[in-house]
Amino acid sequence: MNIEEIKADIEKNIPGASVTMEGDALIVAKDHLLEVARFLKGNEKYRMDYVSCVTGVDYLAKGYLESVNHLYSMEKKHGPVILKVRVPRDNPKMPSLVPVYRGAEFQERESYDLLGIVYEKHPDLRRILMWDEFEGHPLRKDYVQEDQDLP
Amino acid sequence: MMETTSAYKLETQTLEINIGPQHPSTHGVFRMNVVLDGETIVKLKPVMGYLHRNHEQLAENMSYLGSMPYTDRLDYICSMTNNFAYALAVEKLAGIDVPERAQYIRVMMAELTRLVNHTLLVGFLLNDLGAFFTPVLYAFREREKILDLFEAVAGSRMMCNYFRFGGVKADLPAGFLDRVKEIVNNYPKFLDEFERLLSGNEILQARCQNVGILSKELATNSSVTGPLLRASGVNYDIRKVDKYSIYDRFEFRVPLGTVGDVYDRYYLRILEMRESIKILQQLLKQMPEKGEIISPKGMQAAKTPRNWKPPVGDAYARIEAPKGELGFYLVSDGSAKPYRYHVRPPSFINLTILEDMCLGYKIADAIIILGSIDIVLGEVDR
Repeated sequence: MNIEEIKADIEKNIPGASVTMEGDALIVAKDHLLEVARFLKGNEKYRMDYVSCVTGVDYLAKGYLESVNHLYSMEKKHGPVILKVRVPRDNPKMPSLVPVYRGAEFQERESYDLLGIVYEKHPDLRRILMWDEFEGHPLRKDYVQEDQDLP
Repeated sequence: MMETTSAYKLETQTLEINIGPQHPSTHGVFRMNVVLDGETIVKLKPVMGYLHRNHEQLAENMSYLGSMPYTDRLDYICSMTNNFAYALAVEKLAGIDVPERAQYIRVMMAELTRLVNHTLLVGFLLNDLGAFFTPVLYAFREREKILDLFEAVAGSRMMCNYFRFGGVKADLPAGFLDRVKEIVNNYPKFLDEFERLLSGNEILQARCQNVGILSKELATNSSVTGPLLRASGVNYDIRKVDKYSIYDRFEFRVPLGTVGDVYDRYYLRILEMRESIKILQQLLKQMPEKGEIISPKGMQAAKTPRNWKPPVGDAYARIEAPKGELGFYLVSDGSAKPYRYHVRPPSFINLTILEDMCLGYKIADAIIILGSIDIVLGEVDR
């Protein structure tokens, strides 16, 4: 799978979509994520019908949270296409992938719970691993552990 | 509350109950919040996190090699495959190669683990069905023999911590391959015995057939992987698709289900074990007698773990673990600790469609549907 070809195909079919390459990943603007995912899923050539891994990374020094999605195709048995979305740390809102891929449901809840990325239009965005009353997001790099002063 | 009326115009109400967190059928501390209409399930929400210890943050605060023993504790039935996936991810990140003999040892351990996992699952599924502990003890009897092998090679029966980046920790002890050969030769007999006891059993068929049906489309769309996916008839086995390690050198079939019910999932596991035995037979014939078990670059990482720094970048590696796709996503910032360490746990994601599979079935069916998904809470909660 040629990443430049995928980029060109996306830009041809979704007007106004801004996609940049970085390594073997495609960085997509958050407003176009759903359209890009729908295109990759429906297109005859790609048929990316399976989202394998949905997670996030907190880049504290660069000031953004990055959502990382690995898409594969079960029908064509190829992949991955890696879609990354960057959102600012103080307003980490991005669209949920659940309308396109049901498999993102629990993984987005996890990444909301631990990293604090807010997925809009997610059907049931609650904490999943930590308890409901818990404050903060433990996987953020500026999270202060209660016991971190202990030897 | 939803209200329904009976044929005799009696007022009825739905009932909300919790199955778990302390319940033997949940295989650990897991809770199902169920709304019942009589005995029929109208709503089901899984609640998890009771065993959460923030495995990912622990790993981000130690060296790369330091979290290898922690991966044992994810899916504690299959520690070897957890090691395998993590080692592959780090090897991809740092570009470490693996010598020939180590590849064979790795695949051998992974397939033995598959035998352990599937045997145990079938036993516990029967436990959930009410065949209390007879099938499990047969399963334990066979599992014990394989755990003895793990002990001989890694020094530990369940928490193996056997894989290293670029190879494995130690070479096989003397006489090890003969013991593997014996197990491989005797396993089909055990499977026949198991099947004579179970597959044609009328009660098992009545309880399992046409229960908890999962359609092909929903299975694909909701990222279900492993035997659960293949029981629904989707041909997707990462050993075949990615051909990681040396899986392209062995001939084996990918068994598929037709209906996608609990019975298919049970039977598929029996068939997968037979295929694993085929792989092991071919492996024993092909395996080189002598050779390196760890590459020089890997040795460096194993000898000085706290000073070992992979280049900046990110990597995602995945394997076909016994429960489904197990993946590790790593981000390196060039220091000795991973900047980001993420596990893609198969049994956690396979729980997404638990509600869809249970709706409309009886509460007793929910227990076996959960049993047929095959979850381990160490991995679900991390």
